Amino acid sequence: MDDAYIRIENITKRFGAVKAVDRADFGIRRGEFFSLLGPSGCGKTTLLRMIAGFEYPSEGEIYIDGAAVTDLPPNKRPSNMVFQSYAIFPHLNVADNIGYGLRRSGLSKAERNARVEEALAMIRLPDMGNRRADQLSGGQRQRVALARALVNRPKVLLLDEPLGALDKRLREAMQIELRQIQKNVGITFVFVTHDQEEALSMSDRIAVMSNGQVLQIADPRTLYDRPNCREVADFIGTMNFFEGKVIGTGGDITEIDAGIAGRLSAKNVAVELTAPGNDVLVAVRPEKIVLKTAGAAGLVGKISTSAYLGERSHLQILVPGLKDPVSVAAQTTHEHAGADVSLSWPAEAAIVLPRH
Amino acid sequence: MRRRGPKRNLGLVFYAVLYLAFLYLPVLFLPLFSFNDSAFIAFPLVGFTTKWYGQMLADSAMHTALWNSLKVGAAVALASTALGLLAAKALTRYRLPGGAAVLGFTSLPLFIPDIVLGISLLILLNTVGMQLSLISVMLGHILICAPFAITVLMSRFDGFDKSLEEASLDLGENAWTTFWRVTFPLVLPGIISSLLLTFIVSFDEFLIAYFLAGTEATLPIYIWGQLRFPYKLPVVLALGAVILVVSCVLVVLAEWMRGLGQGGKRMVGA
Repeated sequence: MDDAYIRIENITKRFGAVKAVDRADFGIRRGEFFSLLGPSGCGKTTLLRMIAGFEYPSEGEIYIDGAAVTDLPPNKRPSNMVFQSYAIFPHLNVADNIGYGLRRSGLSKAERNARVEEALAMIRLPDMGNRRADQLSGGQRQRVALARALVNRPKVLLLDEPLGALDKRLREAMQIELRQIQKNVGITFVFVTHDQEEALSMSDRIAVMSNGQVLQIADPRTLYDRPNCREVADFIGTMNFFEGKVIGTGGDITEIDAGIAGRLSAKNVAVELTAPGNDVLVAVRPEKIVLKTAGAAGLVGKISTSAYLGERSHLQILVPGLKDPVSVAAQTTHEHAGADVSLSWPAEAAIVLPRH
Repeated sequence: MRRRGPKRNLGLVFYAVLYLAFLYLPVLFLPLFSFNDSAFIAFPLVGFTTKWYGQMLADSAMHTALWNSLKVGAAVALASTALGLLAAKALTRYRLPGGAAVLGFTSLPLFIPDIVLGISLLILLNTVGMQLSLISVMLGHILICAPFAITVLMSRFDGFDKSLEEASLDLGENAWTTFWRVTFPLVLPGIISSLLLTFIVSFDEFLIAYFLAGTEATLPIYIWGQLRFPYKLPVVLALGAVILVVSCVLVVLAEWMRGLGQGGKRMVGA
């Protein structure tokens, strides 16, 4: 936490009896692309609005670059925001929109114009300064909103689901462009999204939120490979879960009795979970499961559905006695629906999580 | 060529024409008889004249009354629109405890009969010992005009994205400069529409003015006084015709501005 550029210190926000954000406590590093990820209503936007100054926390402190900003209004904070609706001023043209925040900067008119020109070039909309705001397309409005915020050279850029209103193709192009702009300007970005693919592909680190609480903060790979609880594992990608009880540990391998799913092995399980008799969840990603024809060692089941997706196939396997079918992503398969198969995976693919 | 779709209902067309005739024919008698060369308001028409307009322009008591009405109307329009602006912003932008009740109470004067309102205001002003004058008329008119202003301005505030004001705050402006750089330009059509509407309501109002005016007559009070003299009736008609035309122009202007306001809605959001 010592390297935190933005420090969220024990922040709680209540709206009446509802806790929108519940004891959030973490740091965001300088120059980082940091995402707040979670389903709608998880408190991610409220947290972002508290960093911006549109909401004030019920408890806790917020620091940016070492200075407490908790009680400052938005216009006194070193942050700028890109709004979900973009909030382009309809009565101003593109250049006046972008230059809006520079009026208070103390720069001369010529310097301000130069900055606006530079920003227009950055978002690849040169010569568009005189356009009226209502003549812009969705993607152009999004870029103008970005330029209007970045032109002030804030210490922190806050983005509230800025790509949500764009269609899929444009959204993917903007993800790459946004990431590129962030690298070029080197400003700390705090990005709110409910789209886990978007968060995984763009972020340096991600905070996964649910019901006002921050569940896990990690880089995308760790979140995917080593989620710390069922909610995170479920929210990021697809995951198979098997309930079981710890039998014992030998070396770095822990043995778990998963009932109908059989005896499962897992590698490098967190020490606090390894007590024999402990209730745990064994989580396995679909692409880590190895599919073999029936008869081989492993979990035996029958293919219920098979979806061909070009480079790989998504299969659902019904295992007698298990409530949910097992999802498998196979590279290539000659097996069809109805075929009997056996499933297995290496011990290092098994993630052991606490069962609540 | 056959007309597509269901058959036109001639009964409904007849009804619509009858309705509009009933609404506007009596009003059209005003300009008609104001140009008729006879002191008696009856058919057949005698001949064309503009002498009633001449007499109207020469009547100094009428000028005073007109001037009084303009003063009251302008002051009422400005005051009730300013109050309406504050109320509309508060009711649409903040989580106000009891906001709905506040809106209800501010609209109540619209539903109290003007004669009741006029008498109660007269009693109130007598009790506090305030002299009856144009000032008291203005106060009474603000009471009935503010609800119009609030309604017109609230629809304008509802029509634009709250995050526009937040964006301005975020970009370094404070609440006051945000109002002038973002809020005011965006609600301006609503403000103009409200000014015109409240001016008309005040200008046309008779009952409350009658109770509260004291010795200074507004135009409707002056007209009411003139009706005692039958030979002056054509002059009143001439005056009525002028007011009619000006009122129509102002109402059309106000509605047009409100239309511009609705146009602004399309610019909101993505």
